[in-house]
Amino acid sequence: MKRYKDDFPILQTTVNGHPLVYLDSAATAQKPNPVIDAVAAYYRETNANPHRGNYDLSVRATEAYEQSREVIRKFIGAEKSEEIIFTRNTTESFNLLAYSYGMNFIGKGDEIVISILEHHSNLIPWQQVAKAKGATLKYLYINNEGEIPDEEIENKITEKTKLVSITHVSNVLGSISPVEKIVKKAHSVGAVVALDCAQSIPHFEIDVKKLGVDFAAFSGHKMLAPMGIGVLYGREELLDKMPPFFTGGDMIEYVYEQDFTAAPLPQKFEAGTQNVGGAVGIAAAAHYIEKIGYENIIKTETELTKYALEKLSTVPYITIYGKKNSVGRCGVISFNIKDAHPHDVASIVDAGGVAIRSGHHCAQPLLRYLGLNATCRASFYFYNTFEDVDILVENLKSVRKWLGYGA
Amino acid sequence: MGLEDIYTQIIMEHNASGRNKHHIDSPNLVLKGVNPSCGDEITLELRVKDGKIEDASFTGVGCAISQASTSIMIDLIKGGTVEEAKEHIKTFMGMIRHEITDEKQLESLDEAVALKNISHMPARVKCAVLAWHTLENALAKKS
Repeated sequence: MKRYKDDFPILQTTVNGHPLVYLDSAATAQKPNPVIDAVAAYYRETNANPHRGNYDLSVRATEAYEQSREVIRKFIGAEKSEEIIFTRNTTESFNLLAYSYGMNFIGKGDEIVISILEHHSNLIPWQQVAKAKGATLKYLYINNEGEIPDEEIENKITEKTKLVSITHVSNVLGSISPVEKIVKKAHSVGAVVALDCAQSIPHFEIDVKKLGVDFAAFSGHKMLAPMGIGVLYGREELLDKMPPFFTGGDMIEYVYEQDFTAAPLPQKFEAGTQNVGGAVGIAAAAHYIEKIGYENIIKTETELTKYALEKLSTVPYITIYGKKNSVGRCGVISFNIKDAHPHDVASIVDAGGVAIRSGHHCAQPLLRYLGLNATCRASFYFYNTFEDVDILVENLKSVRKWLGYGA
Repeated sequence: MGLEDIYTQIIMEHNASGRNKHHIDSPNLVLKGVNPSCGDEITLELRVKDGKIEDASFTGVGCAISQASTSIMIDLIKGGTVEEAKEHIKTFMGMIRHEITDEKQLESLDEAVALKNISHMPARVKCAVLAWHTLENALAKKS
């Protein structure tokens, strides 16, 4: 297996006296040197407020920002750069969508369809719309493998459905949603489809045209970029008819005492001074991913996930949730140790330098549906190694002893 | 700072035994405490009569630290007065915040002193104080 770790300075550090084994990439990815360097170079050489000053530096900052948009457009296969709106993160992207599209194009008696797999960011905004507009929020439920069955898609998406917003990859179970089937059914009833790509774009190629989705949202920080930069993709025709979300500086054409006219896309949705350094970072991250190649990322992560599932399965007191084999899933593994609370597990393996997540993973309705209070979650990225898995399992084996349960 | 300073014998015993984890007869003070961020959830049951805590127990789910801390607290307050319980809460919080370090002063906390080192694990402080905060709120509600 090729060693990618060397590109990531933080993965060379130690935690609690042990080399860091970072297994929480579903929460945020670590950053490679090319991304860190690109952001540093921007602040060292190019920083100014874009779209404003008529001086060289500001023009260069504007170019850096708009070039980043163009990089992201190509990266996700969008037609026009106007269709790429920079936000802070996936949560802001969905809030923009809910407040600007949902509040204006969804009405009383309409239905919004999401799935039980959703992260709170693609759930609470739709609760808000449903409450405010008198619409109904419906859920696609999952089977024992953590996947959405065809019948759910057929039965829940109806003539009343105006919008389907679905996660591409579950941040708890790693299962992949059947986007093609959902898009086909949704479009057949005239509903628009939004896709939460936060957990998919770090791991495999997203082509919004091929997928046929109307909107897509993702965060930079999970795909190797800095925190604070995210994207909302929308078809131009839809974005055009949506009113602004945030208002204020930079999103206007003319402002009068009592009224204003909005700037054209994409500025209409980008109020206030934007995160240019973050945009430069997400473009550098996209370039880095292209250089590594999604095919290599998929290959490495599939091997890691297979190895981890096998090794975890050999420990009798570990329960794995969701799909037990590595085919057609991503490298997010939720599990529990018998009699041990996930917080204790996370603290105990942390003492061995291993970073895993514990809790409800911002998906409380899913955990409740699974009958769980909390889980441990190990999530992999291509920079992880078989050795990381070995160290995780070794540390997990000590947990019950620390809690007074013998072996 | 090793794990053995946190996951001590006392913590392990209280967590594993579940000795104070049950319902009591006719409780007259019941209060739920939650740590929404981590999903720890405990419900304290007290029977208070004439300023005295006659019986106490808890139910709920949570990590070893929150469960053990609750159980230790119940041992400490059961049979004592409400005023004594309030004093224990003050001392415990003072210990966690490092405002009270004098060992003599901490003696009154008995087994709860085992949680002294939790401040070295900042992520777990809220687990240790959950029961004590909940009791504080419950007693404030009563008076």
